[in-house]
Amino acid sequence: MKARPAYFPLSLRILHWLMAPLVIAMLLIGVGMVASVSPRHAALVAIHKPLGAVLLVLVLLRLTVRLSQRVPALPGEIPAWQQRLAHASHCLLYALLILQPLVGWAMQSAGGYPVVLFEGLQLPALLAPSVWLHGVLRGAHGVIAYLLMASILLHLAAALFHGLIRRDGVLASMTGGRLPAAAPASPPGEG
Amino acid sequence: MTRSTSAPPNLPVRLAAIAVAVGGLAAAFGYAAGWFSPQRLTPARLVDTLEQNFGVHPAYRRNHAKGLCVVGHFQSNGAGSEVSRAALFARGSVPVVGRLAIPGGNPAGSDGAAPLRSLALRFLPEHGQEWRTAMNAAPVFVVNSVEGFYALQQASRPQADTGKPDPAKLAAFFQAHPETGAFREWAKTATPSSSYANSAYHGLHAFFLVDANGRERPVRWSVQPVAEYQPIAAQQRGDADFLAAELHQRLARGPLRWRLQLTLGEAYDPTHDATRAWPAHRRSIDAGELVIERAQAEQGGPCQDVNYDPLVLPDGIRASDDPLLSARSAAYSESFNRRTREQAALAAKEPQS
Repeated sequence: MKARPAYFPLSLRILHWLMAPLVIAMLLIGVGMVASVSPRHAALVAIHKPLGAVLLVLVLLRLTVRLSQRVPALPGEIPAWQQRLAHASHCLLYALLILQPLVGWAMQSAGGYPVVLFEGLQLPALLAPSVWLHGVLRGAHGVIAYLLMASILLHLAAALFHGLIRRDGVLASMTGGRLPAAAPASPPGEG
Repeated sequence: MTRSTSAPPNLPVRLAAIAVAVGGLAAAFGYAAGWFSPQRLTPARLVDTLEQNFGVHPAYRRNHAKGLCVVGHFQSNGAGSEVSRAALFARGSVPVVGRLAIPGGNPAGSDGAAPLRSLALRFLPEHGQEWRTAMNAAPVFVVNSVEGFYALQQASRPQADTGKPDPAKLAAFFQAHPETGAFREWAKTATPSSSYANSAYHGLHAFFLVDANGRERPVRWSVQPVAEYQPIAAQQRGDADFLAAELHQRLARGPLRWRLQLTLGEAYDPTHDATRAWPAHRRSIDAGELVIERAQAEQGGPCQDVNYDPLVLPDGIRASDDPLLSARSAAYSESFNRRTREQAALAAKEPQS
């Protein structure tokens, strides 16, 4: 079997660090705008829609790259069940990141709203208007937002645990930082 | 063996750093969501206060609950194109789905007692973006801030014994909100129209029109009835349900018409304050005729599932700095979410026959 790389490919690292602050900003904007009636509401909505469209493009691009590239393995001493859990949590993150903008777009369409990204640019409707679907999707959009936030908090905690406590190179494989001396590392910046 | 099996130096500091990072992000999320500011005015609280005043009437709008759908078209004469690049102002015919209503959150409210009428319109040009506007018969709005609107709802809450607002509370509200003066002056002298068809409707807020060169001009719009205004008749005052039937009678004789007026503001005309009218004799462009051809009950009608959000604007019309626009957009969305959820639930409960 071909050796897995020690670092994530540069393309995935760039996409990860580009999307991370945008996704967090998006979640704060989303929960903020639905809890506001001040002029901030309209200003946040005006960011939320085009940013959601950008994130949909980015996550689809990232999924394509992720599926076509080899990525680092977790250290062998991590128990198998933990490895499976880690893998599942990453699948969940991808699923939520793909689902959320699509649900938002579909929900707006079902509500009969034009999905205007900015002046002069409108997305086509993803669904025909339906109050039933609007209700379901509006509920789902909120649930996915909270699930996403919870997953990101777990992801952050696990990443920092690897980086600060275990110091096993898992965090470094995404930050590009120095790997622990004992880890079987291939040189950074490859491939 | 890797180094990972040995405990790192300063373990408590490292654990604390993780807790701070994770807790900090969670706190930022909670802060944005308003968890730490229960006093924040949210769309939910705004709609809650309407529900407290008027009761919860499942599947109905939380305000202007009683109304009917109207369908027709806007016959644009092209004059609006001078000041706005919006597709609907180009010469031609644009389909319109509208809604005529009376204020208040009670779908069984009395037409005869209603102080004004409202008209919401959705313009759907075949090519180009749609425009929605929600207009009132009053030329100015009663308050100029969402805090004022919320305080007014609280001051006008019906009392348990009389079913009417406490006059002392209302008086105290108006005392504390001098911006309501222009609206109260209008309400004192204006008599509601005898029909939905012979009332003018005003966009209330200022917006900006953007022309083909990108030049912005402040605007307030209204539709002026071609039918002559008639004050409400004495016997209509006691009639809880005459506006819809009266409209159907008129429509049986032919379409109803209004002229769409775009009134342009000049330097220093306020754009942020819906309680302050602009000086008279501002230039006004007659952009064409709104023609209403038929009306239909709201239940199952083409306007029922439409949120007449005043911030659904086409390219060529921009929001102004009026803070009520954002507030209305947020509250309408909350009302729409609640009533569509209820509508779906009611439909699911209906016996299959």
